[in-house]
Amino acid sequence: MSAAGAIFRRELQIALRRRAEWAQPLVFYGIVALLFPLGIAPESPALKTFAPAIIWVGALLAALLGVERLFRADLDDGSLEQMLIAEVPLALLIAAKLAAQWLLTAAPLVIASPLLGYGLGLETGPVIVLFWSLLLGTPTLIFTGGFAAALTVGAPRAGLMLPILVLPLMTPAVIFGGGAVRAAAAGLSPEAPLYFLGALLALSLTLLPMAAAGALRNALG
Amino acid sequence: MPRLEVHQLVVSRGDRIVVNDLSFSVAAGEVLHVLGRNGAGKTSLLEVLCGLRRPDSGHIAPQPESRERHWIGHKNALNPVLSALENLEFWAALNGERIDDPRAALAAVGLQKAQATRPSGQLSTGQKRRAALARLVAAARPWWLLDEPLAGLDVQGLDLFAGLLAAHVGGGGAVIVTSHQPLPGALATLRSLNLSAA
Repeated sequence: MSAAGAIFRRELQIALRRRAEWAQPLVFYGIVALLFPLGIAPESPALKTFAPAIIWVGALLAALLGVERLFRADLDDGSLEQMLIAEVPLALLIAAKLAAQWLLTAAPLVIASPLLGYGLGLETGPVIVLFWSLLLGTPTLIFTGGFAAALTVGAPRAGLMLPILVLPLMTPAVIFGGGAVRAAAAGLSPEAPLYFLGALLALSLTLLPMAAAGALRNALG
Repeated sequence: MPRLEVHQLVVSRGDRIVVNDLSFSVAAGEVLHVLGRNGAGKTSLLEVLCGLRRPDSGHIAPQPESRERHWIGHKNALNPVLSALENLEFWAALNGERIDDPRAALAAVGLQKAQATRPSGQLSTGQKRRAALARLVAAARPWWLLDEPLAGLDVQGLDLFAGLLAAHVGGGGAVIVTSHQPLPGALATLRSLNLSAA
């Protein structure tokens, strides 16, 4: 098994034994998306307008939930130090770890999004765009969160610093994601914001694991 | 295996120099016991040798490659949710090493099936240390860099460690080990380096 495969498998093994931890973002996401209509009024036409923002902000907050713990356990038990001096590039290990994090915490949100979209009054066209926008955008949220978690891994109040650090970095994904769905709902082409999301994804996947590796080396060196 | 030469090494932590102008060498078949009071720079020295920390100056030739050395630090690198067996298999897979019989490696450090398969967070301090030492047995690498490996080990654990050390240097490996206490067993090729006196 490759090194990346080994770490991916390990993350899934750990998650399977700590179901409550990775189910938390999904439950949180569901609660946010379901409570919003009650706050506005379920039949209100405004709900359809707010739906993209509700789902995207919910996804962002859900992604933030698990991010602080990303490297904490590995730091505490000494695994991170061993990964730092392994022969395999640290950026590759981080990318595999973040991919597992995406699969565990964000992929269920993406899969559940059509249901939530219909629940919030969106029609089929915007729901399809919502699905694609989340599919393209949530890895960016997770990889950005991973970079911020690496920056704050040794900090005593990381829980407080992390959202402040990460929110400006995640905002473009929310703007383009919500924008794509709004465009589809208004009968316009959602291609441009989706392309932007794709560009953000490409940048996140290629650059952020290397930046996170540098941050971890700096924190532990 | 070439002799490891460390020449005029200077290492600092923050603004404090912890290793100053240190030179030594270690050859195959030798054990170098690094001694020193708390804060003398033992851990920093091993961190430099394993590549975790950069020295301020000086050189190490040849720096042991990842594939050539095991480093065991103060922490055991055991995820508490996974068993000792799963942790061992993970590190082997991550380092691209094939372990024929991981259970035998754990048995060699005194961890039987019940201890090897329960979550390592439930093991005692000494058992966790043994699980970390199992990595030395599971995959053969010529250089062992061990930082306080005796911490938490009981009398049987110390004997077991002495056996591991003797077998390793007997087979042509080399060990650099820090410890506050004398190393167990009688090793003919044991040398000491006191950082407090350096």
